[in-house]
Amino acid sequence: MREVAIIGVGMTKFGELWDQSIRDMFAEAGLKAMENAKVDKIDALYVGAMSSGLYAYQEHLGSLMADYLGQVGVPAVRVESACASGGQAVRLGFMDVASGMHDIVLVGGVEKMWDVEDGTFVLATAADQEYEVYNGVTFPGLYAMIARAYMDRYGLTREELAQVPIKNHKHAVNNPNAQYPFEIDLKQVLNSSMVADPLRLLDCSPITDGAACLILCPLDRAKEFTDKYVKIRGVGVASGPIALHDHKDLTRLEAVHLAAQRAYQMAGVSPNDIDFAEVHDCFSIAEIVVAEELGFFEYGTAGKAIAEGQATYGGKVVINSSGGLKAKGHPVGATGVAQLIEAYLQLTNQAGKRQVPNARLGLTQNMGGSGGSCVIHILEGM
Amino acid sequence: MIGIVGYGAYVPIYRIKSSTIANQWGDDPASIEKGLMLLEKTVPGPDEDTITIAIAAAKNALKRARIDPQKIGAVYIGSESHPYAVKPSGTVLIDALGIGPHVHVADFEFACKAGSEAMFVAYSHVKSGNMDYAMGIGADTSQGAPGDALEYSASAGGSAFIFGRENVVAEVLYTHSFTTDTADFWRREYQMYPRHGGRFTGEPAYFKHILGCGRALLEKSGMKPEDFQYAVFHMPNGRFPLKAGKELGFKQEQMNEGWIVNIMGNTYSGSSITGLTAILDVAKPGDKIFMVSFGSGAGSDGFIFQVTDKILEVQNLAPKTREMLNTPHKVYLDYGKYVAYRKKIHFNEY
Repeated sequence: MREVAIIGVGMTKFGELWDQSIRDMFAEAGLKAMENAKVDKIDALYVGAMSSGLYAYQEHLGSLMADYLGQVGVPAVRVESACASGGQAVRLGFMDVASGMHDIVLVGGVEKMWDVEDGTFVLATAADQEYEVYNGVTFPGLYAMIARAYMDRYGLTREELAQVPIKNHKHAVNNPNAQYPFEIDLKQVLNSSMVADPLRLLDCSPITDGAACLILCPLDRAKEFTDKYVKIRGVGVASGPIALHDHKDLTRLEAVHLAAQRAYQMAGVSPNDIDFAEVHDCFSIAEIVVAEELGFFEYGTAGKAIAEGQATYGGKVVINSSGGLKAKGHPVGATGVAQLIEAYLQLTNQAGKRQVPNARLGLTQNMGGSGGSCVIHILEGM
Repeated sequence: MIGIVGYGAYVPIYRIKSSTIANQWGDDPASIEKGLMLLEKTVPGPDEDTITIAIAAAKNALKRARIDPQKIGAVYIGSESHPYAVKPSGTVLIDALGIGPHVHVADFEFACKAGSEAMFVAYSHVKSGNMDYAMGIGADTSQGAPGDALEYSASAGGSAFIFGRENVVAEVLYTHSFTTDTADFWRREYQMYPRHGGRFTGEPAYFKHILGCGRALLEKSGMKPEDFQYAVFHMPNGRFPLKAGKELGFKQEQMNEGWIVNIMGNTYSGSSITGLTAILDVAKPGDKIFMVSFGSGAGSDGFIFQVTDKILEVQNLAPKTREMLNTPHKVYLDYGKYVAYRKKIHFNEY
């Protein structure tokens, strides 16, 4: 298996992009990535998108985006794994390059979410339709149940839970591509509209339009294109129970644990070696549970650790330096790719004011549903 | 000098509180009151519609104009809730008020800016010398589907303005209109309630047009926000007009007088122009007023007025807008009465 590098990245601003269609956004991000990597031709294309059919009434994204990137003829396919679609697309691109089948592979993710009235309904198609959605529950409700169970078992307070979005908004201030680049305080979180008890509006990641792309190539060819490249050192993927009630433990996301073990093993590193991580904080409780499954903190302690500053600059591991899904925005299909873009920027010392000092190893964790799928990448600076 | 010679508003006596609607649907009343800045809204009585509201407002405008109704050469009613799909509202009004039959009458529709549009055309008639007096009216019994966010704001009321050359109380100094094809809010034939594009109604619709029109109007006039005593904008909720005004450079104190949405709701075609009547009720000679309407679809009409000495003679000749809004006689409805009055439920007909 060949070693694989990321040699260029590009993304749109995340937000309410009323003037851009799904193809506009992907083309902008894709062309930026190609320009950044100094390539004008690609060998293959992978597009991550969760539900372009329901969100933008557009399927067949592989061919569409190849066409609009001026790359007609290349093998091109769309990849779907709910909110982990972007991360899964990166993994397939990685396998494509690692296997020796293709050299220059463009991997992107995109979601146009603001063109429909009821985005929550579309997102809920990633839950179990027959056992969960038909009974009226959508993702805020599912993650609220995780939060309730966690608070009940470990004594996590509402105030501690609020520290997750407060931290991520603080990080987003320095991210020019973030949807909400401003700080929020405890009072605002606790007074925001109730969505699904105990989760309030400011515990929930937003509806976002956006696209993110990166270029992969064999590590031994990276220098032909740029001196700013990173190595994908480990990849781990796992599936989990689709329905929350089938989890053995409501306070656990087992697919995250399984994917992490696989990624750590492949990379030959442990959680203590990771300098920073981009994790899937679709709801504030998710970041807490994920941080534990990744091995950064003991079970039951991540909430308090985050509240004590252990997941920000100067702490044990910087989590979501980009602002995370909560503040950077969450265009679902693009999220997994955008996480790797943040890791690329950190590891090539291009993250500006949000730079993690001496960042050498970064981890990205992208998740579908209530833990139904998880993709983890471990990246190394060169 | 060409401008407003008489103005009048009408506000129904019925109200429903935002908290009553929120409790009906399990929403959080505080987030409506603070988030949308809406405390209560007006509700039309069971025997009120756009025509009766337009007539009541026009009567008040005639009281202030002190002119023979026969001299009015044109009457335009702007509304998105004309009672008839085919048959004009304006014809009822002219017969009720003794205007015509030698009069040009038309009903306008342009979502929430049909009222300012009626004013714009009435003003243009007088400016062109086509006639001595013309009346523009905006009135609505606004629709909002049960359970929709619009239900908190869609209210009832309207205002009428008679334009002329003599005894002008507020001169029109400048106008500007800004229009694009933007489908942020619509109602097709046979549909009971409008549909809207959620947050698409914000930046790409309301703010783009209000700010586009407002900035052009300031540039055209060579005036600055600080030159005005008052500013009023279309009021779909409490927050939008204040944000738009601040972005244009206006201060809160310039907007307070016309900002009636917290206790009136959004009277659609009557929204910004009823805010204008509240300003005229208290304005002093020489005051300048900046007004920009907004109608989905989408467009904005902007007016700059300068109040004259004559204003003091007419302010007390008809009920003032805030007096009607704050009347001790207002009647609060529970949700059941509200849906009955708004004809959202059907009774046996006799």
